[in-house]
Amino acid sequence: MSAPLSDLSVSLWRGGEDGRYQTYTVPRRDSQTVLDVVTFVQRHLDPTLSYRFACRVGVCGSCAMTVNGRPRWTCRTHVAKVAGGGRLEIGPLENLPVIKDLATDMAEFFRKWQRAKGVFAPSQTRHDAIAQIRPDTPARAAADAAIECINCGVCYAGCDTVRWNSEYLGPAALTRAWTLVNDQRDAGNRDRLQAVAATGGCHSCHSHQSCQELCPQTLNPTAAIAGLKRRTAAAYLKGEIKT
Amino acid sequence: MTVRLYIWQRATAALMAPLVLIHIAVIFYATRQGLSAADILSRTRGSVVWAAYYGIFVAAASIHAGIGVRNILTEWSPLDDRRAGQAAIALGVLLAALGLRAVYAVVLS
Repeated sequence: MSAPLSDLSVSLWRGGEDGRYQTYTVPRRDSQTVLDVVTFVQRHLDPTLSYRFACRVGVCGSCAMTVNGRPRWTCRTHVAKVAGGGRLEIGPLENLPVIKDLATDMAEFFRKWQRAKGVFAPSQTRHDAIAQIRPDTPARAAADAAIECINCGVCYAGCDTVRWNSEYLGPAALTRAWTLVNDQRDAGNRDRLQAVAATGGCHSCHSHQSCQELCPQTLNPTAAIAGLKRRTAAAYLKGEIKT
Repeated sequence: MTVRLYIWQRATAALMAPLVLIHIAVIFYATRQGLSAADILSRTRGSVVWAAYYGIFVAAASIHAGIGVRNILTEWSPLDDRRAGQAAIALGVLLAALGLRAVYAVVLS
């Protein structure tokens, strides 16, 4: 029989941009996730706590927060992995406006997906035959490598360039653009390459690779952005896009 | 940073990489051989090769530094893109003027 687990000391961000951390004591459990801890506080200690989650299994991308200084998906982050000394400090994601407590305003994050032309532009209609996609082509392999993004915002919150340059589209939007650039069914690449080659686009990236380090899906946005840099440079030299 | 500036910065970097290595090799050679200023000037005066080498080097460095400083200013200073661009062009012109003046001094004067 294992020894009983001690309590956790949990500091949670309370309020808006000008809020402060408030400390709670939460019982430690086996296989406890950071989202479990936040949910315990809301259900047992303070029902006014605001935070965001949906699926609890790492699919929806809703529950990302800053945990002990690092952006993480809280539903798949075990307390045992991150709570050194039995302490947790949980705040809202950085680089996004705080609405209240642990909930941030993601509107700008998704506006940048629109700016990067992250919407599929069909080249065929429903009356055409279904496209035959070979999974072993280099383009499809590149698209597949980047396509599992769950829009959690962890890469955006951990990006130094986003912090310094509010115009920068960010790793998630550019990774989405890269999947579409490599999608043989898509017909919107000229506009897309034009959009990501402009001010605040892929060339603003300094390749710090924080996005690659932090991505909970183990995607590599830095590689996707490097691909966009190469593709846009080639398109510019061919006169297909302008600045 | 746009794709146009990106290409100019990477192209000038690629151009300067061998030029820097040659420049450093020349410095080592000149110091280890104990060449005096007069010895060096006797080799560089009237030399089209040295004029072209350092002239290209100065041009590439001025463009490369200007673009890099523009990027730093847009990220780290309150200047907007237009003002940062103007400051970067001024820096590039200054570097080019100083560098080309030095090239003139050792090749043509």
